Amino acid sequence: MMPGSRPLGLPTGQPRSAGVKLLAASTVLAAALVVAVFAVVPGQGPKPARVALPDLVEIQAGTFHHRAAGEFLQDGKPVTAPLVTIAIKRTLAVMRHQVTAADYQRCVEAEACLAVERDEAVPDLPVVKVSWRDAHAYASWLSRATGVPFRLPTDEEWAYAAAGRFRDDALPDTGGDPGQRALALYDRDMSREDRSDQRPRPIGSFGTNENGLLDVAGNVWEWTDTCYARRAIGARGDVTTTNVNCGVRVVEGRHRTYMADFIGDARGGGCSTSAPPSNLGFRLVRDTDPPRKLLAEVRRFFALLI
Amino acid sequence: MTTRSAIRAAAAVALVLAVPALAQDLNLPRQKVELVAPPFVHPHEQVTKEGPKIMEFRLTAEEKQIVIDDQGTKLQAMTFNGAIPGPMMVVHQGDYVEVTLVNPATNSMAHNIDFHSATGASGGGDLTLINPGEEVVFRWKATRTGVFVYHCIPGGVGPMVPWHIASGMSGTVMVLPRDGLKDRDGKPLHYDRIYYLGEQDFYVPRDAKGKFKTYDTHIDAFADTRDTMRKLIPTHVVFNGSVGALTGKNAMLAKVGETVLIVHSQVDRDSRPHLVGGHGDYVWESGKFSNPPETDLETWFIRGGSAGAALYKFLQPGVYAYVNHNMIEAFELGATAHFKVEGAWNSDLTAQVRAPEPVGVTSSLR
Repeated sequence: MMPGSRPLGLPTGQPRSAGVKLLAASTVLAAALVVAVFAVVPGQGPKPARVALPDLVEIQAGTFHHRAAGEFLQDGKPVTAPLVTIAIKRTLAVMRHQVTAADYQRCVEAEACLAVERDEAVPDLPVVKVSWRDAHAYASWLSRATGVPFRLPTDEEWAYAAAGRFRDDALPDTGGDPGQRALALYDRDMSREDRSDQRPRPIGSFGTNENGLLDVAGNVWEWTDTCYARRAIGARGDVTTTNVNCGVRVVEGRHRTYMADFIGDARGGGCSTSAPPSNLGFRLVRDTDPPRKLLAEVRRFFALLI
Repeated sequence: MTTRSAIRAAAAVALVLAVPALAQDLNLPRQKVELVAPPFVHPHEQVTKEGPKIMEFRLTAEEKQIVIDDQGTKLQAMTFNGAIPGPMMVVHQGDYVEVTLVNPATNSMAHNIDFHSATGASGGGDLTLINPGEEVVFRWKATRTGVFVYHCIPGGVGPMVPWHIASGMSGTVMVLPRDGLKDRDGKPLHYDRIYYLGEQDFYVPRDAKGKFKTYDTHIDAFADTRDTMRKLIPTHVVFNGSVGALTGKNAMLAKVGETVLIVHSQVDRDSRPHLVGGHGDYVWESGKFSNPPETDLETWFIRGGSAGAALYKFLQPGVYAYVNHNMIEAFELGATAHFKVEGAWNSDLTAQVRAPEPVGVTSSLR
């Protein structure tokens, strides 16, 4: 199968003969759902500790122009990522503030999250030194503990919520000259703002954006769920090949960067020619996808039966 | 008796034993040199047609608190002329080097200098030990060529030598052959630019929580710092005084086609300089120009307590990291500098033949 001609809807690398596996997966999922449904019914088995819902900001659906994340190649040369129109199809409910050390500590106490260094765990400060895996574990726990599904935002959702605080620092085309590109990247990264005060500050220290979110693009960067991807684009900007690496996720903040999912502290470098985020933290969005996912699974399940 | 007065008293005793050095007996021309802060080096001739001179320099011991990384870690530093490393002094073989060492009254400790380039008197250490509020003039003849370390060595006043050195008190003297640098066949070598990097290990004490401690004074910092030094595990290994001192806005500049002499000193520990994407065309690994330079090196070796020199002509534009190729020290502890090199790309030397693409795509078409 040629790249680009892959039928839509079938995950990369998924062979057509995987129907049995898919069926098995669906059954497991359905069973898990049944268990989950019973688990939240009072009196049926162990009840998770009640955890209050986080303070959420609801942002109306809409469309916006967005600088796509990831790397783009045209004729084998790095090019500026395209500006794309993104539709946020339903209301986006996003945490008003970043997850705090106190919030995170509850997950640690529930033995669902790994502890962070004690010095990073000042209660009213955003939790930092957390990896994507930590953030993901927290989202899973919070979903269980509140009964409301939460997940990390995608890069697009983050940008939509960040609104005026999203920083588009796309590099202009450098014509495929590796030396000029390296110099341009270096100059961009090194001209970024002074990073001398990197200590996390109390919630609200970096103010409110137009959507009412606190501390967007302060000195704590935020994990997103979007995987790093390299895409080749044709003459009309159409994507011809995509290579996705979900071991690396998009991180957003004062600038966008890409970080291996098990890294909790981006600092401590000094050799790399990029300016790393001062701190890694996160905020979550309410997940409105599972019903849709479940619906798709159910459809697939029945499609396989037919 | 306070610690400070004890130090001063001991210094005064040491000075009584010192022999005054007077420079009026030489009938040679004098040249006063204004020193510049590293990584730059004061203007100098590479080849000189003039006869030997008395080269005059002025070094001031400066005790001050500096920030040594981007997390704001503070060090009670000791410096020559406020810089880590101390400024480089360039002379030619046969010249006399005459250094005025100043110890301002605002300092808290006695200081002196041991010049590895000098002969006898502990390299000058015995003849230069001065208290706060004093200055001294020391002269030596530059008999051997090469790049040589100098450092503070206040051994007469207590167990302080390694502390002064690990707090930043070292620099470099370069003694050029009067007819300049040469390759192994005697062919002249020339540099368009010179950069001077001092690699420095720091030992900042930590508190019970593992956070770096800050001290109000040097003397307050002494006991903890000595305990940390004795474990021989540096908390920082940096070029020119702090993490990132030679990166970003302070990256060293060059152009394709230019030849750069990189002088690298390390007063304490061994180092393994490596230019990522470049080479050492001619390398005086041990730093002494009477030995033929090695050629085409990938990584070279700087013995702790010495300086070395590498000559390289940049052939490709871009960003070059100059690292201690113990990459743990380079990435985690700070031993990284950058060169920004402008010029035209040469695809004959380096090219990405195929851009990244899914495995097997192109090969399956063949």
